[in-house]
Amino acid sequence: MQPPAVHHGAMFDTDELVINMGPQHPSTHGVLRVVLRLDGEKVVNADVVIGYLHRGIEKLSENRNWTQIILLTDRMDYVAAATSNVGYCETVEKLLSLEVPRRARYVRTILCELQRIASHCLWIGTHAMDIGAMTVFLYAFRERELILDLFEEYCGARLTYNSMRIGGLPLEIPPGWDKKVLEFCKIMDSKIDEYETLLTHNRIWLERTKGVGVIGGPEAVALGMCGPALRGSGVPRDVRKDEPYAAYDEMEFDVPIGTAGDTYDRYLVRIEEFRQSLRIIRQATQGIPEGPIVGKVPRLIKPPAGETYHAIESPKGELGYFIVSDGKSTNPYRFRVRPPSFCNLQALPRLVRGHLVADVVALIGSIDIVLGEVDR
Amino acid sequence: MAEAPKVPEKKVAPPSGPPDPPPPADKAPPAFVATLQAALPGAVVATSYWVGDWTIIAEASRILDVATHLRDGSDAAFDMCSDVTATDWPPRAERFDVVYMLYSTRHRHRIRVKVKVGEHQPHASVSGIWPAANWFEREIYDMFGVNFTGHPDRRRILMPDDWQGFPQRKDYPLEGPGELLMENPLDWLRLKQARDQADIE
Amino acid sequence: MVDTFVIPLLKIVIVLNATLVGVTYMVLLERKVIAWAQSRLGPMRVGPYGILQPVADAVKLMIKEDITPVRADKWLFTAAPIISMVPALIVYAVIPFGSEVSLFGRQVTLYITDINVGLLYVVSVASVGVYGIILAGYASNSKYPLLASLRASAQLISYEVAVTLTLVSVVVMAGSLSMVQIVNAQYNSHVWFVFAQPVAFVLVLIGGLAETNRAPFDLPEAEQELTGGFHTEYSGMRFALFFLAEYANMIVVSSVVTTLFLGGWLPPFPNVAAFGFLYYVPSWAWFLLKSFVFLYLFIWIRATLPRYRYDQLMNLGWKVLIPIAIANLVVTGIVRVLLL
Repeated sequence: MQPPAVHHGAMFDTDELVINMGPQHPSTHGVLRVVLRLDGEKVVNADVVIGYLHRGIEKLSENRNWTQIILLTDRMDYVAAATSNVGYCETVEKLLSLEVPRRARYVRTILCELQRIASHCLWIGTHAMDIGAMTVFLYAFRERELILDLFEEYCGARLTYNSMRIGGLPLEIPPGWDKKVLEFCKIMDSKIDEYETLLTHNRIWLERTKGVGVIGGPEAVALGMCGPALRGSGVPRDVRKDEPYAAYDEMEFDVPIGTAGDTYDRYLVRIEEFRQSLRIIRQATQGIPEGPIVGKVPRLIKPPAGETYHAIESPKGELGYFIVSDGKSTNPYRFRVRPPSFCNLQALPRLVRGHLVADVVALIGSIDIVLGEVDR
Repeated sequence: MAEAPKVPEKKVAPPSGPPDPPPPADKAPPAFVATLQAALPGAVVATSYWVGDWTIIAEASRILDVATHLRDGSDAAFDMCSDVTATDWPPRAERFDVVYMLYSTRHRHRIRVKVKVGEHQPHASVSGIWPAANWFEREIYDMFGVNFTGHPDRRRILMPDDWQGFPQRKDYPLEGPGELLMENPLDWLRLKQARDQADIE
Repeated sequence: MVDTFVIPLLKIVIVLNATLVGVTYMVLLERKVIAWAQSRLGPMRVGPYGILQPVADAVKLMIKEDITPVRADKWLFTAAPIISMVPALIVYAVIPFGSEVSLFGRQVTLYITDINVGLLYVVSVASVGVYGIILAGYASNSKYPLLASLRASAQLISYEVAVTLTLVSVVVMAGSLSMVQIVNAQYNSHVWFVFAQPVAFVLVLIGGLAETNRAPFDLPEAEQELTGGFHTEYSGMRFALFFLAEYANMIVVSSVVTTLFLGGWLPPFPNVAAFGFLYYVPSWAWFLLKSFVFLYLFIWIRATLPRYRYDQLMNLGWKVLIPIAIANLVVTGIVRVLLL
């Protein structure tokens, strides 16, 4: 019998440690699972496993009528439900070639931007929490609460709003609501400075975020990254500017972009987006035109046969809907969502390679994913 | 009490494909489509225009050439693959439409490229051209079972790895056994019989 | 008989109990202070303003199921919390809480014992505590705790070097290792050592944070990265022991810093006739007040700062703190030799 081979170097052999981060983990923002191969604490490779929250929204939508689907879109990006509603309704309006009243487009813009602030509040809270600064989390939730109150006053719901209809909006805005929105803008202005005091020039924050997860513009575009994660790499891509929808063509705002493409620049871009959103909200609220809130919508919605792709800028990035209508039935033939978080998450293995475990957490926070949207 | 007569469900024949309306006479396709047609003769089968979107219907076998040209051509420069998805048209011989949504961050224009792919027909992956397509194609494989070749990591993405069937196909039922069938088919059968029984009563 | 046995025993019992109660209320204090910093209320349900919360916590932890993972090393798994708790408690033996008081006609010193190597004792005993964390991570036989225990050992060893080197410069100033003698030295020199050794003070403060695994150096238990770190697999009372050990260590660090740099039980401006009225406040009150300031500072820092990354923490320790500590020691030595 052959004696077993003796490895003299066995003492110094090193193995990679495989660690399963998630699906139950405090910092994976839901049921994301990342299988990390570690060399010490350094990430050699990462495999992202998703699908734990897959509810088959695309399949379900193909079996619901056009109005019922609005409610399913709420359940995708549940921290920015109104934006998903807008995206879907506009796609169907495009298929129907339906004119949306200007007033409705203005209110949609306000709701979208409020939603962006709410979503960014959640992002800054959880992102800072992941890096260990827990006070920001509660501060941000305090302000998010104000936005949820505004939404509650508008449509009665606080999370899944179902707040849009094909052709406009279901409800006229309550009297005095616009005043409250402006009041909120005033409060929010000072609160953003408060977050910045805690983070922007904090030395530990700088050390934890600068140079972490650097990705260049062309590479980020090729990987399909979108939204603030892409703009942090210096690509001025914003659907609101490039392919305006709702009332964005009438608004004045800047698209902040970063230079280094690291976690810190993505952070700065989102902080600036807070301010730009407030600017848009102010313009839209002060300029809400008179008129009907909902357009001339046929009783039975049945778009002619055809297909279209329409994208909007959700707080996470380009949220696209590809819808095929067969022109015969009252439900879409094919309903496809292009979720921004899905594409950003795809870049995660590229971002984390060579960084430490602690950075994985920071990077998951910095690309701002919502698993409801990734898995649908 | 007499049972109400059952209203026969109105059966609508499933559509056999998208209409793909040709562009109206007064609409000229974007310049890069002509360049593409000149560079790769025969690769573009048709162009279509509907509610403001341009679609190129391309030859499935030449998708890599078309994609490379669209990405590298200076008048096209589609550096971003915004989305890849598929549509299932069961009556058609080549039952899937694989649809590529492309966007150019330089020229800020969009195009949709569509190819027809059969059920078992191998179809080249564009993930080498746009890395973004990697997960999109995994999802199409997962949901439709399109047979991608040259894909670096062709696994299921949303469904469990051992899932049977392709859920987004039109012949896949909306409600069904799901996991129960995989674990114990008999349980499911009993459940189904009980439900049918309840319906009759 | 009474002096050798009864009084020390009584003192031990009192100090132990006071510490444990203090530790449980530290938890409440931390929750309250952080809550106020974060514009919320903190525990409010158990007792008025939640002051009975520690009791409820203790009851909850005691009646919780005590789980030992199947693959864990059972002996070490049980021993680890004890190893981290015991050193945190026995350090109190040499900490002087005040000067002498007369009780029932008897002069009683407000420390359990004063050994001539007191500071050395503190440093060496405190460093045993880290074995609890290392063993907990190893014995759990689980990956996250293992990473945490690796982090803990690297972190604690490197910070201990810096802190100990810094403490030596205080010893050079005082000329003694005895905690009581160090306080007396500050009395004799009319000034707290924080003014004579400001660099050392800052170093010990930072090192103390790192030694007690407090934010921003709480890497071994980084909840967001390692899901609780070394105590991931612990539950019930064993978990509580780790928890209490951390807070007990916080109290130790603040007491030691108070003794070494803020004159222990001495009031401000010790041994200055003009400020003699400050002696009307009992000595132990000064001590507690100063320690409390540090505990509050620890909590405040936790509410404010993000967490360091492992490699940055090691860089800070080896490339910044240790060189400064050595330089400080050399300068202290030279000044000491030249001036006296």
